[in-house]
Amino acid sequence: MNVSHAPIASLSAPNEQAERALAALWTRPPGLLGWLCSTNHKDIGRRYVVTAFIFFGMAGLLAAAMRIQLAFPENHFLGPDLYNQFFTVHGTTMMFLFAVPIMEGFALYFVPLMVGTRNAAFPRLNAFGYYAYLGGGLLLWGGFLVNAGADAGWFAYTPLSGPDFSPGHRVDIWADMITLTEISALSGAVVVLATVFKQRAPGMSLNRIPLFVWAQVVTSFMIIFAMPAVMVVTAFLAMDRLAHVNTHFFNPAEGGDALLYQHLFWFFGHPEVYIIFIPATGMVSMIVETFSGRRLFGYPVMVLSLIATAFIGFGLWVHHMFATPIPLLGRSFFSAASMMIAIPSGIQIFCWIVTLWTGRPRLRVPLLFVCGFILLFVLGGLTGVMLASVPLDLQMHDTYFVVAHFHYVLIGGAVFPLFGAFYYWFPKWTGRMLNDSLGKWNFWTLFLGFNLTFFPMHILGLHGMTRRIYTYVAETGWGDLNLLATVGAGIIALSVLLFIVNAVTALRDGIFAVANPWLAPSLEWSTNSPPPAYNFYNLPSVSDAEPLWHSPEQKPVVVGLSTEKREVLNTTIMDAVPEHRYELATDSIWPLALGIVVTLTMTFVVFTPWAVPWGMFFSLLVLYAWFWRGNEPKFIVEAAKPKPQVAAQPTLVAPA
Amino acid sequence: MSAAEFQSALNPAASESAHIAHLWWIFFWVTLVIFALVAVFLFIAILRNLRRVPDDPERAIIPEPAQATESRATKVVSALVVITVLILFALLIGDFFTGNAIYATPDPKALAIKVTGHQWWWEVQYQDPQPSEIVTTANEIHVPVGKAVKLELQSTDVIHSFWVPNINGKKDLVPGHPTTTWFTARRAGEFRGQCAEYCGEQHAHMRMVFVAEPPDAFSNWLSAQKKPAPEPSSDSQRRGREVFLASQCVMCHTIQGTKARATLGPDLTHIGARKMIAAGELPNTRGYLAGWILNAPALKPGVRMPPNQMSADDLNALLDYLESLK
Repeated sequence: MNVSHAPIASLSAPNEQAERALAALWTRPPGLLGWLCSTNHKDIGRRYVVTAFIFFGMAGLLAAAMRIQLAFPENHFLGPDLYNQFFTVHGTTMMFLFAVPIMEGFALYFVPLMVGTRNAAFPRLNAFGYYAYLGGGLLLWGGFLVNAGADAGWFAYTPLSGPDFSPGHRVDIWADMITLTEISALSGAVVVLATVFKQRAPGMSLNRIPLFVWAQVVTSFMIIFAMPAVMVVTAFLAMDRLAHVNTHFFNPAEGGDALLYQHLFWFFGHPEVYIIFIPATGMVSMIVETFSGRRLFGYPVMVLSLIATAFIGFGLWVHHMFATPIPLLGRSFFSAASMMIAIPSGIQIFCWIVTLWTGRPRLRVPLLFVCGFILLFVLGGLTGVMLASVPLDLQMHDTYFVVAHFHYVLIGGAVFPLFGAFYYWFPKWTGRMLNDSLGKWNFWTLFLGFNLTFFPMHILGLHGMTRRIYTYVAETGWGDLNLLATVGAGIIALSVLLFIVNAVTALRDGIFAVANPWLAPSLEWSTNSPPPAYNFYNLPSVSDAEPLWHSPEQKPVVVGLSTEKREVLNTTIMDAVPEHRYELATDSIWPLALGIVVTLTMTFVVFTPWAVPWGMFFSLLVLYAWFWRGNEPKFIVEAAKPKPQVAAQPTLVAPA
Repeated sequence: MSAAEFQSALNPAASESAHIAHLWWIFFWVTLVIFALVAVFLFIAILRNLRRVPDDPERAIIPEPAQATESRATKVVSALVVITVLILFALLIGDFFTGNAIYATPDPKALAIKVTGHQWWWEVQYQDPQPSEIVTTANEIHVPVGKAVKLELQSTDVIHSFWVPNINGKKDLVPGHPTTTWFTARRAGEFRGQCAEYCGEQHAHMRMVFVAEPPDAFSNWLSAQKKPAPEPSSDSQRRGREVFLASQCVMCHTIQGTKARATLGPDLTHIGARKMIAAGELPNTRGYLAGWILNAPALKPGVRMPPNQMSADDLNALLDYLESLK
């Protein structure tokens, strides 16, 4: 047993000169321009996380305004027009601009570190993905600030969102910003998959991948299968609405079908929930493992549970449509499928509790958030089982019971793990520790505020309070519990403020973080906090799933990667056997340029279909520049013919 | 509990809602026990081995968990998974039987009521083989206790959802997909329903009054509704009718027995007998009715009914007339 807080010496630079040479190769160019050109996964991951957190704050302020409006019956704080924009922009922002991107941000920052490589695959695509995401966010909020905020709900059901019932450009902006954020999600998913499948440290076979990385792999596959559905459905909606195009996909008067929209939307919309939740389970697994001080119990079933969740997650979209006129037989099938998804989630809960039970838990702030997660997620999961039942769903569907349910699974199931993840990885990310006692205050206020806000909503829903109403008449008697919920929302706001205070003060004068402050087992903790631009001077090799707990100094390291070009080591998909060196693209301004062109295209397509051909033309121009002058990456296989198995270089070298 | 019982899924007044409430309590107790067990075991798991000296490497990490512990844990988790599956299966069976009960084959002699969703009010039509016997009203549904009722649901604009929690689960009114739902009220009472699918600016104020009453009371109500509007019985009421027929009211509303025959807005033939106006937003009192006529958009922003300008005398006469339409 030689777990230590220090960085692993065999992975670090032998001397300062060598360090500086490699840092110069991997560090982005200086200045603002250099920052905009950066293709380093840590820069991009950090951008996603910070931007998504800002959107979280803004959408949270909208929620606070809605809670004020609903605190009393017939309140006049927000009118219906404004309220409908608020809840639509709140939901859209939380789903598309906060939850998915922040998970992707964590993935892009930590996956390369966890698998032991120097940068994510396809670095320019990665940089472009962020700019497309930012463009989508600016489009939605720009529209909102000029009174063109989407107001048809985050699901934008037709025909309400169609040209006849939503004139103006509010829904067009919504439909087009979705496309931008999905381009971004797809880019991130491709980058994560390529990084995990081809750039793992030698020896990191599929059964030794940290569970956070597995969660991100599963999520990325889900993104690739789910996001096209929403891009298609929003594109159809935009075409139905766009002057001079005027299709009738969803117009019942012309043979279109309003239910077609719902099928397409929820085929994306239900997996979306798991796209948010599965990465959170990855975070939970990492935190539970570290703070139990033992390897995670049931690693293989945990992985299989993630995969099963992903598969079943695509088979239950119809439970969002139980109240629509669809055949009965289908309902029974989707009811059973919806209950079935409780099984893999249950297995994960059991394994986490067993890990804690048989380990030596240290109740630090990240683990505190994980405990909160388990309680809230189990509660939200159990109300989910209720909603899977058709008769119960017919009563609870579209009421505040559902609002309570999905905030339990999304805030309890994803935001609590996210806060835990912030406390856990903040030291690695910034080199500073967050304050422990502020962290405990942060946790307890969030836990209290959350339950005060959302628990009463179960009761309100059972007593008939429907969703998406800007006010209610006094005779309903919903006033008291709504007031309680509003008080709870105030406590949540206070809690988030505490977190921001904690982060800002820690950045300025927090305690410096050592390489491995929590004695964690995974590779991201083997390098300095924060990691150098190149992550590892010598790439690690691994022989088990908890590399830092099993004599990391004794393991062979990879040497021989170029110090002149940005090379990474490619390994095989299954067993991570070294294959060849691979040169990554350099920093470039063209991802930003393409991001701007695509954003402008999707902005102008709100007004005219001509934006599409012009946008394609300019995109082609930019892509031409993107690939100009042999900038494209090269494979370097220095192995004997006929077919390279393992590269002659780089080599695994036993430490001196 | 402060929430009103007249709009509650847990206070059933029909066979269907009673079946669902029964199923709810089964699910509630089962899930409550599961939640309590998870919480207890989580607390024990944390507390039984809690390390007070947090970051001592020698004591914090178990490099290789004991084989005996692992195999015991495997057995426990396997058993828990089996139990989970069994519980879910049992719940699924309960769900299946409740589903069968509420989707039972309908009574062919059921009372048929056609409900059409509009932005933002409910058009209600009591069907009859004789066209002249069809009753049209709005935002208020009366049904007889003990008799099966068949609702024929449709929408001509956007998606709405018909929901009276005390009676049955909700059913969406999707344009292009007319549908039906059935229920049998089991006790008398006055309840509230509300549109449950977001349908635009005034989704919040798309409510209805639902009255389940003894069969005698119901047939009295229905036969009163079948009559055309009563003739004015005073000068003021007569003047009120003239005001109505001479104003833009007739562009949207019907009063049977007069020339007002438009169908864009609610049928007003028996407006005086209704309990609420503005789709369940306001009580049907003289004051609210006056405010509604003069400036409906102020009370319900976005409503299709425009403001009306009229003299105080005209307004009083109009109110006298409308209140007489029992």
